[in-house]
Amino acid sequence: MNDSQTLASLKPGTRGVVTEIRIPVEQRARLLEMGLLVGTIIELVRFAPMGDPVEIRVRGYNLSLRKHEAELVMVRQS
Amino acid sequence: MSGTVKSFTAVLTGNPNCGKTTLFNALTGLRGKVGNYAGVTVERKEGAMLGAGPDHPIQLLDLPGTYSLSPQSLDEQIARDVLFQKLVDVPVPDVVILVVDASNLQRNLYYATQVIELGHPAILALNMMDVARTNGHEIDVEALSKALGIPVVPMVASSGEGLETLKRLIRDRAIQSRQPQLEEAPRPAIRSFLELPERFGAEAKGLIERFEQTLPDRKRLAAAEAILVLSDDKLLGANLNQYPASIRDAVTQARARLESAGVDWRSAAIEARYARVFAIQQHVTTETVTPGETFSDRLDRVLTHKFWGLALFVTIMALMFQTIFTVASIPMDAIEAGVEWLASQVGNWIGPGDLQDLLANGVIKGVGAVLVFLPQICLLFLFISLLEDTGYMARAAFLMDRFMSKVGLHGKSFIPMLSSFACAIPGIMATRTIETPKDRLVTILVAPLISCSARLPVYTILIAACIPDRRWLGVLGLPGITLLAMYLLGIVGALGMAWVFKKTLLRGDAPLLILELPPYKRPMLRVVLRHMWDRSSLFVRRAGTVILGINILLWFLATYPRSSERADDYERQRLQAAESAFTHLNSPAEFANQISRIRAQFSKADAPTNASPERALFEKLLALDLEESGSQLRESFAGRLGQWIEPSIRPLGFDWKIGIGIVASFAAREVFVSTMSVVYNIGSVDDSNDGAASLASVLQQERREDGSKVYTTLTGLTLMVFYVFALQCVSTIAVTRRETNSWKWPLLQWVYMTGLAWILAFAFYQSGRLLGFS
Repeated sequence: MNDSQTLASLKPGTRGVVTEIRIPVEQRARLLEMGLLVGTIIELVRFAPMGDPVEIRVRGYNLSLRKHEAELVMVRQS
Repeated sequence: MSGTVKSFTAVLTGNPNCGKTTLFNALTGLRGKVGNYAGVTVERKEGAMLGAGPDHPIQLLDLPGTYSLSPQSLDEQIARDVLFQKLVDVPVPDVVILVVDASNLQRNLYYATQVIELGHPAILALNMMDVARTNGHEIDVEALSKALGIPVVPMVASSGEGLETLKRLIRDRAIQSRQPQLEEAPRPAIRSFLELPERFGAEAKGLIERFEQTLPDRKRLAAAEAILVLSDDKLLGANLNQYPASIRDAVTQARARLESAGVDWRSAAIEARYARVFAIQQHVTTETVTPGETFSDRLDRVLTHKFWGLALFVTIMALMFQTIFTVASIPMDAIEAGVEWLASQVGNWIGPGDLQDLLANGVIKGVGAVLVFLPQICLLFLFISLLEDTGYMARAAFLMDRFMSKVGLHGKSFIPMLSSFACAIPGIMATRTIETPKDRLVTILVAPLISCSARLPVYTILIAACIPDRRWLGVLGLPGITLLAMYLLGIVGALGMAWVFKKTLLRGDAPLLILELPPYKRPMLRVVLRHMWDRSSLFVRRAGTVILGINILLWFLATYPRSSERADDYERQRLQAAESAFTHLNSPAEFANQISRIRAQFSKADAPTNASPERALFEKLLALDLEESGSQLRESFAGRLGQWIEPSIRPLGFDWKIGIGIVASFAAREVFVSTMSVVYNIGSVDDSNDGAASLASVLQQERREDGSKVYTTLTGLTLMVFYVFALQCVSTIAVTRRETNSWKWPLLQWVYMTGLAWILAFAFYQSGRLLGFS
């Protein structure tokens, strides 16, 4: 069985399914509304030139998050 | 129908980057007007729909782009309030046009289904069908329309595909919405897209009933509103008075019950909606090709590349400023010549006197001195519009986020700051996309430190007057480097102060960055030019009104009070000089004749320059003119004001004439240039026929009482440093006041910026002197 890892630890070009979002509940509403939910498939596209933020692909579009938040999103590689 | 034709209101709404504005432009033929919503500075775009027919005029309203009905920013709040009919100055929409990006169906439908649930007569404009096709998404429009319960028009707003169908539907729906109901047909039931989990659904149901009873006039919206209020913890907290206590209590209790049952009331509705939206999307879409790399993806490989991305970013910025400085000089010269011609024509039409002086020196040259920078400002706005419309602006935020996070801000603050290069006013207004109030405030406070287009005239004139035009390798020149240095100084200042504010006054957690990176788009020339035109004409209107007013005031301040005694005194001195030169003449009338003859003779370009008694008299006359105008200006109101502040600016190496410029440009920085032209036209050596001498060369000739140059390189640089930091702009203060809803912040902004300007100019000038510069 695959263990969960953080979104930030994915390699560019790989995908995973969100298993848990550890971002505090008061802060994550918009992230959920942007379609990043438990069970959503996401792909890590790239890291910005200075290593932060990260670009991900979710539900067919590209979104950028800070590494700090990406470390709080757990995924299971698929 | 009799009487006046009532116009229908159609509202355009959708996610950011869905092509909503392109559609608005296509529907209105680029004839929309931009204004503000009452009391806030959210841009309100309105326009009449083309081809609606005289019987049924349709007024289109383009709402700000929104991701959801639970607003995270002022822009989104306005969109929600219009749809919830909470704004008194916006009529109830007769039709809502939901603009949806067909190539990004899920997230777009998330918002679209939220709006459909409000029960307005709605049409879905399925935009960017071309992109969807290229990306291999085949969409069954019929099935989508059936699933959503509203008409769906597939279209490509940028090419006009589907536009006529949409227009016809808008017209039909609008007319239909006002048709008196003949039979007592009940309104069709509002569709809901939520299959809520049991516990949450039960609580929602109870709450909906409560909403229906408590707010009977908004019954239609009750279901949607109740679920939004239940799910959004900001909604109750922020607008305590918006809902009666009975509702607030009911919501709090429902949340508590859900929490104890282990239900996350914040996410239940979002998850339910996405589940439904996902199902709809899967049902209506067929993937014709396996999703590969799009053109936009390939472009991003380069533009956000670790090395090339940054290199290109720097190159784009450098190119922007280089173009602004070089290309603009061609039309600028033409405008300059035109203004001179007009001023001299006025001199011919109207006889000499105060009126001629006012028109030529106060009005025409003053406004002309500002208009001359219009080419540069147009170019700047052109670049900014291009960056926005291509989608590169979001990449700039992506690239710069790390950099901005060092001072505690995020990449989104980069966009307002970048806009502030054009003008702090749109920059400050652009902070509305920043969700965290503290971060927004910090960005507002430091945005005016970024060198705006109004500083460009000041820098340009001072660089031309004070910086030697040395060049290396043909391209790299001292003037260009100086300009770049001033811009960099502003950037460093803004970031430094942002860091200070984040550490002290406006401490707060680093905000969440949630930034969409939309696919690149080919910018539409017409739209880019329209943007450029809108923004530039705003500048001209300011130049035409505020600056004209200030110019006339300044002309008055610099011209009055007039002393006839002094005029007589100097006339006597001139006659005496003539008398001692032409001892064979003896009547004052003859002396006066000789004076005009000599003036005319030696003012010519080919006048003899060798020493002669007549030449000596001419020079004596010039010296007297200079003395007279100097003494006149010194004793004028403006001179007194400049002298009054001189002690405070003397440590910076500025004299009272610069003082006049600083005082006058408190209203707006660009006024400095026109003020200087008023000040030096009056104090200029020669006003007979060599008026074409530009302000820069007049400044270069300016001497202190001891004969040394006023505008040395050091003084010029110090003055530029002062202008980098000082908040010399009434409009910025007004916008900050409006955006923060308090006088506290604009006051703080003015005090800290002026303080910083003085201290840094002082430090710069004094250390320059210590290093041996003068």
